[in-house]
Amino acid sequence: MEFFRIKHDIPFMRYARITTVISALMFVVAVGAIAARGLNLSIEFTGGTLVEVHYPHAVDVQQIRTSLQGSGYHDVTVQNFGTTQDVLIRLPAKRNVSSATISDEIIHTLKTQDANVELRRVEFVGPQVGQELYEGGGLALLLVCLGIMAYLAMRFEWRFSIAAIIANMHDVVIILGFFALFQWEFSLTVLAGVLAILGYSVNESVVVFDRIRENFRKMRKASVPQVIDNAITRTMSRTVITHGMTELVVLSMLLFGGETLFYFALALTIGIIFGIYSSVLVASPIVMWLGVSRSNLMPVKKEGEGADARP
Amino acid sequence: MNKYPLWKYLLILAVLVAGVFYALPNLYGEDPALQITTSRGTPIDIATRSKVQDTLKQSGITSRPIESVANGLLVRFSNTEDQLKAKDIVGTSLGDDYVVALNLAPATPAWLSAIGAAPMYLGLDLRGGVHFQMQVDTEAALAQAEERYVGDIRTLLRNEKLRYLTVTRRSDAGLEVKFRAAGERDQALAKMKTEFPSLVLRGEERGAEFYITASISEPERREIQKFAVQQNITALRNRVNELGVSEPVIQQQGADRIVVQLPGVQDTARAKEILGATATLEFRLVDTEHNVQDAVAGRMPPNAKLYKERGGAPILLQKRVIITGQDIVDASSGIDQRDGSPAVFISLDGKGSKMMYNITKDNVGKPMAVVFIESKSETRMVDGKAVKTRKMVEEVINVATIREALSKRFQITGLDSSNEARDLSLLLRAGALAAPMDIVEERTVGPSLGAENIAKGFNSTLIGFAAIAIFMSVYYRVFGVIASVSLFMNMVLLMAILSMLRPRSRCRVSRVSHSPSAWPSMRTSSSSSVYARSCAVAIHLRHQFMPALSVPGALFWTRISQH
Repeated sequence: MEFFRIKHDIPFMRYARITTVISALMFVVAVGAIAARGLNLSIEFTGGTLVEVHYPHAVDVQQIRTSLQGSGYHDVTVQNFGTTQDVLIRLPAKRNVSSATISDEIIHTLKTQDANVELRRVEFVGPQVGQELYEGGGLALLLVCLGIMAYLAMRFEWRFSIAAIIANMHDVVIILGFFALFQWEFSLTVLAGVLAILGYSVNESVVVFDRIRENFRKMRKASVPQVIDNAITRTMSRTVITHGMTELVVLSMLLFGGETLFYFALALTIGIIFGIYSSVLVASPIVMWLGVSRSNLMPVKKEGEGADARP
Repeated sequence: MNKYPLWKYLLILAVLVAGVFYALPNLYGEDPALQITTSRGTPIDIATRSKVQDTLKQSGITSRPIESVANGLLVRFSNTEDQLKAKDIVGTSLGDDYVVALNLAPATPAWLSAIGAAPMYLGLDLRGGVHFQMQVDTEAALAQAEERYVGDIRTLLRNEKLRYLTVTRRSDAGLEVKFRAAGERDQALAKMKTEFPSLVLRGEERGAEFYITASISEPERREIQKFAVQQNITALRNRVNELGVSEPVIQQQGADRIVVQLPGVQDTARAKEILGATATLEFRLVDTEHNVQDAVAGRMPPNAKLYKERGGAPILLQKRVIITGQDIVDASSGIDQRDGSPAVFISLDGKGSKMMYNITKDNVGKPMAVVFIESKSETRMVDGKAVKTRKMVEEVINVATIREALSKRFQITGLDSSNEARDLSLLLRAGALAAPMDIVEERTVGPSLGAENIAKGFNSTLIGFAAIAIFMSVYYRVFGVIASVSLFMNMVLLMAILSMLRPRSRCRVSRVSHSPSAWPSMRTSSSSSVYARSCAVAIHLRHQFMPALSVPGALFWTRISQH
């Protein structure tokens, strides 16, 4: 069995303009969403209290909200979590208030209302710790971006570097855009997912670019778009199967991993899909438009041999 | 066909076999168990073991044979119900001197344990439990240190008959001593420079007024902050014992944070109450004029109070308190240089040393006791209402005879072992005034959520792996099957490595210092009776200069100049 028995090269570069416009639009929407709505940061970054409880029967969220507000928690958010039996209670952090005991008081209030309530999870993050995690997370993201840019800048001829950097940053912005647009909760695990995608996405760009470089040497008579089309077509089988396999496991996490892993797996899914898309349909056209030609690549003779084996 | 030398195949085989063995313990699961240790960390004897066995037999709970583990006993049960029932019964029959903790003991077979294989250490999100991160208010510790210096400077100037106007703490940190004349100021400056080497001192003139400004030097500041954090860790460690947690983790994180992880603890409210308890110490003279038995029988002499020693024996102490934990600057354990026996070194602040001297100089030869007092608030449900009660636990942790007048620094000797010396120094430090602490982060995961996380994680791995194996085998045939097998081995090796990585060491906090050659001392006899204890002792004070050697970069040591 083989999925990709492709005789002729697929003319990807013919559609380059369209795909790039689509990409640019998505990029703009993503940036707009981040700017307008911001990320729905989890309490790990903002500080606050989160209590997850479980009831043996379906519960009325409104009733819980009223009783908690009756106890003096006016800015409390109460919502169902997955099922009607699971309830998530959130409180923002308050400066200068020792909030370590808040979770105990909430549980106490709930217990007096319904003794069957079962505590599942409490998270309390003080404002200072939240601030530190926020800064640390931002710094990690920034450093990884810079590191990857530096790697790509050294690894390739400058046209390729610029294209790969644009493609990679595009992926990150798109993931963040999704989280901003749909106001999914952005937690530490999601940040870990974004960092993983950065590394993952580079892999794909490197594979395609290496093949392009190799093709320039082998296909002496072909035009630039033909060289690129051939490179993409020849690597397509590998690309789809590798990423398909990864996505299988990520999907399994998404569907069966429970709430803890859900948004992590979601970030990975978006990242994998856009990672492939951007490497093939964003990075390659940019290389083409930046005017790459055979003469750019000839002096570096040794590179390009056995390129597929390299990450 | 690829050909490789034989040794490469053998190496691969050896790695795979080792991987399988070390990953294997994860398949055996865990038994509900009780872990029994003494609350003082001493080894458990045979008598306790048979007592536990008898208690279980009498109440009809079936358990596996009792195992001896590192400084304790482990009793396994076939189900959680038996485990919970047994905890209550064994807990009450053994009393307060033992910690009976619920535990999930890995059911690793002996032959696997023999090669050091153990299951993976699960995080709290999988096991269930509490994680606290606490911030120690080191600024407050510095403020306390400055307050102490204010007292010490006053004492020094008064003793040296140097006239000063005021000694104050400035609002922007640092101290200020005001003088009327430049001559007195300069004399005082010279004296203070030798007495307080860890203060940065400067003379200043403002108009017609003469000042000495003092600030705590940078190395000393760091030392004070470090000490405050260690003191809090010590206090926490003591209290965690009380919670009955089988594998607590108490660690310093960064410069001024402490992480406490209590696997299996669900009642966070109680955990917070116990961790937040405050402890203090009192030094009191033992009432030797009245009979303890009379007091126990109800004929309480005036000016005395009945206490219990750690062993449970009653002891009569005078009502008057000599010093409290607030007066203790440092306590550390080490070796007495005169006879090489274990000792605890105590340093007092200016006020404390004066009180100590005044009382001990008239009571040489008499026994003195150290009382450890822990006050905690507990919330109990009474008729559906939460009632907060404050509870005081008072315990005599040491009785020693005064061998000479004691002052700023003295030592307690005659302790049974260096372990006991360490424990006593820990308690003394836990009772000394510690810097306030705030919980800045809390994560609690309920046991049902933990179990669910394990199940879900396992399922998603299994399904993901199965999906890949099926696709690979269909798409690439034989190659796919081989790839799947190697992928599986990859997973086994990963599990093996994760299982071999044990968590970082638990809460072991101890500071041993070198004993400065001659510390005035107080001696604890190892004999069990209180009075025998008090008699076997001699105390001597050498009026000597104490070199500032004990803790590196340390708290100040000054001359004792009473005689």
